[in-house]
Amino acid sequence: MTWLLVLILLPLAGALAVAGLRGNDRLAMLTALAVSLVELLLIVPLWLTYDPAGDRIQQASSMDWIPAFGIHISFGIDGIALVMIAVIALLVPIVIGALGSADKLPEGRGAGGFLSLILVQQSLTIGVFAATDVFLFYVLFELMLIPMYFLIGYYGGPRRQYAAVKFFLYSFLGGLIMLASAIGAYSLASDELGQGTFDWATLVTVVRDAPASTQIWLFLGFFLAFAIKAPLVPFHTWLPDAAGQAPIGVAVLLVGVLDKVGTFGFLRYCLPMFPEASTQLAPLVLGLAVAGVIYGSVLAAGQQDMKRFVAYVSIAHFGFIALGIFAFTMQAEVGAVTYMLNHSLATGMLILVIGLVVARGGSTRISDYGGMAKITPVLGAMLLIAGLSTLSLPGTNSFISEFLVLLGAFDARPVYAIVATVGMVLAAVYVLWLYQRIMTGPVRGDALVGAGGGPGTAIAPEAGAKKAVRDLSPKEIALLAPLVVLIIGLGFYPKPVLDTVTPSVEATLSAVQEGN
Amino acid sequence: MLNVFLAQQPTNLDAPGIDYAAILPILIILGAACLGVLLEAFLPKHQRWSGQVALSLLALAGAGVALGAYVGGSPAAGTTTLSGTVAVDRPALFLWGTLLALALGAVLLIADRSVEPGGSFVAQAGISPGTVQDRAQVGSTGMQTEVFPLTLFALGGMMTFTAANDLLTMFIALEVLSLPLYLMCGLARRRRLISQEAAVKYFLLGAFASAIFLYGIALLYGYAGSVRLADIASATAGTDRSDTLLFAGFGLLMVGLLFKGSVGPFHTWTPDVYQGAPTPITAFMAACTKVAAFGGILRVLTVAFESTSWEWRGVLWAVAIISMAIGAVLGLTQTDVKRMIAYSSIAHAGFLLIGAMALTEEGLSSTMFYLLAYGFTTIAAFGVVSLVRDASGEATHLSAWAGLAKRSPLLAAVFTFLLLALAGIPATSGFVGKFAVFSAALSDGMAPLVVIALVFSAVAAFFYLRVVVLMYFSEPAPEGPTVSVPGAFTTAAITLGVVVTLLLGLAPAFALDWASAGSFAMPS
Repeated sequence: MTWLLVLILLPLAGALAVAGLRGNDRLAMLTALAVSLVELLLIVPLWLTYDPAGDRIQQASSMDWIPAFGIHISFGIDGIALVMIAVIALLVPIVIGALGSADKLPEGRGAGGFLSLILVQQSLTIGVFAATDVFLFYVLFELMLIPMYFLIGYYGGPRRQYAAVKFFLYSFLGGLIMLASAIGAYSLASDELGQGTFDWATLVTVVRDAPASTQIWLFLGFFLAFAIKAPLVPFHTWLPDAAGQAPIGVAVLLVGVLDKVGTFGFLRYCLPMFPEASTQLAPLVLGLAVAGVIYGSVLAAGQQDMKRFVAYVSIAHFGFIALGIFAFTMQAEVGAVTYMLNHSLATGMLILVIGLVVARGGSTRISDYGGMAKITPVLGAMLLIAGLSTLSLPGTNSFISEFLVLLGAFDARPVYAIVATVGMVLAAVYVLWLYQRIMTGPVRGDALVGAGGGPGTAIAPEAGAKKAVRDLSPKEIALLAPLVVLIIGLGFYPKPVLDTVTPSVEATLSAVQEGN
Repeated sequence: MLNVFLAQQPTNLDAPGIDYAAILPILIILGAACLGVLLEAFLPKHQRWSGQVALSLLALAGAGVALGAYVGGSPAAGTTTLSGTVAVDRPALFLWGTLLALALGAVLLIADRSVEPGGSFVAQAGISPGTVQDRAQVGSTGMQTEVFPLTLFALGGMMTFTAANDLLTMFIALEVLSLPLYLMCGLARRRRLISQEAAVKYFLLGAFASAIFLYGIALLYGYAGSVRLADIASATAGTDRSDTLLFAGFGLLMVGLLFKGSVGPFHTWTPDVYQGAPTPITAFMAACTKVAAFGGILRVLTVAFESTSWEWRGVLWAVAIISMAIGAVLGLTQTDVKRMIAYSSIAHAGFLLIGAMALTEEGLSSTMFYLLAYGFTTIAAFGVVSLVRDASGEATHLSAWAGLAKRSPLLAAVFTFLLLALAGIPATSGFVGKFAVFSAALSDGMAPLVVIALVFSAVAAFFYLRVVVLMYFSEPAPEGPTVSVPGAFTTAAITLGVVVTLLLGLAPAFALDWASAGSFAMPS
């Protein structure tokens, strides 16, 4: 029993316990919180036992599942997976803690079901990052959709049915196409070795020697699934709906962690398995990535709805990550991997803060707010920190990764890098403009002032502030504090993360170079 | 004259040798069916139901034991008996086991009398719909207990069908399995008109299909001079015969088989019949007829027509694509649960055909595994459908299912699981089946077809999800249906289906091993 298996199984056990407590919301909440905190603690031994200089895959465990097809239940982590698992372990307790303050479930829907689905989601997502059998990866990749489907469809906003079904079908179709490619790789292996297998390490050695034409078809199958998941333009249209309709905590997990499975998949599956196809098709992917950066940035600036705003911001950021991955230089690659972590922290915090804003004003429309920082200065500061990290201000965590991506990409692909740099400028525009509209100026907007004062009517906070719009409570500050610490801490001292991921990135990159 | 005639006769006419141990399961089922007819005649009315249920379950158990006892010592290459007309080989034994297990589920559903007082079958089939007697029979608790022997006859026919080693035996088995089904379709207690319409439609179309099948046999006899599958296979090896006869005969034969398997474009009966027939019978048809039909298709293609596969494969590609397209696309527009599952079965038939076309060992074993997995899921799904009722019987219109999860979360969860299995989501048997079939097809060089099939899987997933959305995310209708508390029989059938669906999804290794234990008995 490795630490990793404990990490995968514990949330499942927790989910069962929480599901049994459906009648008692408070107890369910405490149990779920306790489980997720233990899970977070377990990251410590996992991180400490991980040796960056050691094997490519560590904490490995394996057992037979379907011997007829060479399918195993095998798990293991490399540095990249470790970082992603650590992020989800960090975000889940925050999401659970935010239930009730940033998150309000629809009337009559108990917290027990919600919490147990969140825990199941956590377990499956960790499993996806840890799977070292391609078939197992596919299975978890699809299973992961089911709790998310119910979380959006049952607990989400007014258009939740549409959003949930759209989310599910997009990802499901992508997954099926990936399955075809996985089976293709399997039959290559059975031709080559006489015995088919889905073991990742074995498949890599077989498939990377396949002729380029075969590789391209198989690559496209995997790529499509990951491009839908990580949304690259033009496969992104499900994300604004899903993130816009999902409850705040679910949106944090969806945008913060689940979508990273796509970029993780590029690194773990597309590059090492299909090195030749990856290099040949890199201009195409880079084109999509840069298009995503510009398109996401422009649309983010134009959004009226805060949650959709975050979705478009993420589309732009996923563009940066894909740019880093397919630039094939060490700096860009390391930048992309740390970007995956930093985007989770920055965007996770941004969504949470927006959730706190919405919980106070009761509306997700940006134009319903104005001058809020006058009433809630701490909340304003939090939005500013999350925003500055999102626009990659030096001194915040995101700066280093975005800088590395652009630097590395400029070496290999100057044109793409230059176009993507425009995205940095646009980021400053959309983030600061959002902050300005919501937080600065005189207090105004339907959400903050009573129905008497229309939008645009300036009223002093003490005179007519609607209901009681309060600043952050100590509990809410405690929820955001770890994220603030990490955002600023990793901004100045990113070394632990860089050290952890660099060997894995090196291995990935050298696999690409060897394959060509 | 007489002397000459007698001289032509073989001197000693040997009775064909019969391997009783091998065909014992069929004999038990058919014998029990005959016994059931006698029970009908001699038992007093109030004892018939219990007598028939006991007899049917005993027969299924007995046949299962006989099968289990035989499998252990059976020759790996299979054996033929009854002068070569019946082949008892590993695939046939696997399909028999599948049929017996599925029939057990179906008989449990048929036997249930608590969901609908008196069972879902009419008290007396002769009563005309809409008359005073008809209204009286709806409230009565009697039922036409001939259903049980009819089921056993159909089951015996199906088992023979999957083992038939010549086309005439196959035709007779086809009739034995079809005629009882036609009858049973018309026996619904409620909505008698639509039930009888289903029976007539099924009968008429089925009669045409049988005729076409028979015509195909005649042409193939003209081609090969024999109706044995092995003789047809060796005839196709020569080149001096008329290809027209061969391909016309093959085409007509396949039409008959595809009709039974409800493969599009020969599916037109399926939605109407599935909707009109009493739900337990629909479950029986959907699960068992499909197994029998595809068992027959597999055997005919592999044993008789393997060497001509280049000629016919293109046509079957088209048929498979049409079937998946019809099932997935028309399924989207359905508003009735039973019709929706009918279109789902048409789409599944397309997937099955892909596996059946592969003609490799993996193709055979994956198709048979798919049949096993699909059958159990379908039986449980129809079991659930039979529980959702309003004043006029089953509430099969989808709008009635809105918000069902609020009122009966367990039922909604079970049905969701079954729908996910039909959609082929991992951790269900449906996924493992699809995976096995697609990987067999892919390694046999059918990559484009597999990609098309995957796309249609995604389309079909949408209509399964639609029901999940309705049940979970919609508000319940104010005068919606109630969910009956299932009796022991229905509970057992649904549990059986759900457990097998989950088991084959999580640990399919053992069933895959059984399915790939051996291939069809070939002439040596």
